[in-house]
Amino acid sequence: MEIKKAAMAGTLESSDAQVTIEPGNGMIELSIESSVIHQFGKQIRAIILDTLKRLEVENAKVTVVDKGALDCTLKARVECAVYRSNDITENLPWGGVIR
Amino acid sequence: MINAVGREIPEEVLQATGKEVFQGAYAFDNYEYTKAAPKARTMMDPKRSKMVKDIREALTKCEIKDNMVISFHHHFREGDYVVNMVMEEIHNMGVKGLTICASSLGKANDPIVPYIEDGTIVGIQSSGVRGKIGEAISTGKLQNLAIMRSHGGRVRAIESGEVHIDIAFIGTPTCDEYGNMRANGGKSDCGVLSYAMVDAQYADKVVAITDCLVPFPNIPASISMTQVDYVCVVDEIGNPAKIATGAAKPTTDVRKIMMADYCTQFVIHTPYFKEGFSYQTGVGGASIASTISLGKIMEERGIHMGLGLGGITTPMCNLLAKGLIHKIVDTQDFDMGAIESIKSNPNHIEISASEYADPFNKGAYVNKLDFVILASLEVDVNFNCNVVVGSDGMITGAQGGHPDTAAGAKCTIVIAPLLQGRIPAICTHVTTVTTPGETVDVVITDYGIAINPRRQDLIACMKDVKLPFCTIEELRDKAYAIVGEPDPVQFGERVVGIIESRDGTVLDVVREIKEYEFVE
Repeated sequence: MEIKKAAMAGTLESSDAQVTIEPGNGMIELSIESSVIHQFGKQIRAIILDTLKRLEVENAKVTVVDKGALDCTLKARVECAVYRSNDITENLPWGGVIR
Repeated sequence: MINAVGREIPEEVLQATGKEVFQGAYAFDNYEYTKAAPKARTMMDPKRSKMVKDIREALTKCEIKDNMVISFHHHFREGDYVVNMVMEEIHNMGVKGLTICASSLGKANDPIVPYIEDGTIVGIQSSGVRGKIGEAISTGKLQNLAIMRSHGGRVRAIESGEVHIDIAFIGTPTCDEYGNMRANGGKSDCGVLSYAMVDAQYADKVVAITDCLVPFPNIPASISMTQVDYVCVVDEIGNPAKIATGAAKPTTDVRKIMMADYCTQFVIHTPYFKEGFSYQTGVGGASIASTISLGKIMEERGIHMGLGLGGITTPMCNLLAKGLIHKIVDTQDFDMGAIESIKSNPNHIEISASEYADPFNKGAYVNKLDFVILASLEVDVNFNCNVVVGSDGMITGAQGGHPDTAAGAKCTIVIAPLLQGRIPAICTHVTTVTTPGETVDVVITDYGIAINPRRQDLIACMKDVKLPFCTIEELRDKAYAIVGEPDPVQFGERVVGIIESRDGTVLDVVREIKEYEFVE
């Protein structure tokens, strides 16, 4: 999927993550800030890259401010930000349809 | 060298401190040693006064100089002004290289961080540190190794001469002109002065600092004039609103209430729950809730607590007032209710930190505990607990009486929610070992209860009890299934602090924190 404009999803509440996605410079540029970076940095990065790959996003600048969100939350926030950047707000393929 | 809790203690740390590695919780039982003694100065001339006009004069008369060890207590908790005001004056005098030996340091003492950075303070020995002092130590700003020791361990360190205090500064709610100190009757009451008693006994010089000078004699004194060199009156020793808060409202968090109920059910099914039992609990929401729910069962069954110990909160005092507890012996008051109780109830009694928890005296109260209910940031599959270092590697807590009571009690129960956000409380390896697992008997979480396999007797007691028992490994696996398996913290190389066991050996080390790097 192409990132058409900057979009954001999520909050800075505890156990959530705020994901901002912007059009990129020909690659995935990922920055992660997390309250649990030491323990889960690797896993957070893996789940975000994996979700972007499933959505076929290859060109984007992604900023994640994580407050200890679980993988399912991170996935949902990334998906939501990507769809919002495409103005897709209805008939979203929820529930594990996106592989 | 690997110690008895499986931690690698670097050789250079052992050489630098002259310490041994931890060899087991009771390795020093029956150990013989010679107590240290302070240098004292006589007071024979009745015309001579102990009063000094300000902190500066006290420091001058005590002949403060570079590289001394000075001490403080933490009974004023987050309302303490004494540490900051003394350190500011010392800094103004240009004295350098000091070591602070405090019973604990909190966020209220954040203002001393610049004195760590400029070399006024080079050593910190404390039960723990919170706030910015913790950050300063963890980021390597303190020149010497920080030493974290339990309340009982601190008394041992002082009386065995491992640390010698040159000057003790003792903030006291009331004092007379000859140095009799009491914890009550002033404008900043803290209930007891237990942690400062050993300082008064073993420091070369003792300065009483008060904001409420009362007529002589201020008795019965917590700390006697016989141990005091100077008396200094200041405007305020602390912020009363932060020294003693109102009683914490009983928690309404259903998760904590459930864990408290598990705890109470566990307690009443042990053989120790009988007339005259002894009990200590912490100040966490679940611990307080378990005191309340246990109180109901005590009342129903007509069972009395013979001894309530420790840091005291209102719910314990309520049980005392109802006649369900015979004696409360008290080393620290956490709220207004506890302070009011010790003022008015003759069965609520102040004791010294030595009587409370010292492993090197001839018998401490902790050894007489049937139950202690504790909390923990992390517990590993060997039941080792960490209450000092955050899961992010930053020093952020205190041992307090945790290792002392765990070692003393017949049944040590740790209550911890399985997850705090994404951080699992039950894990394969704790970030730092601060209480050895051999002294921890039961871990209660919201997802199940694990009994230490060393306690087959307790496992047998619980055979027919309907509680969600499982193994500690199962608890860990449940946690990891939800949040994933955490990676260990990426520490730097430099050791910035040691976690001292209550007997003075090295339980673990704390390393400098370093910025996280993504590594494949």
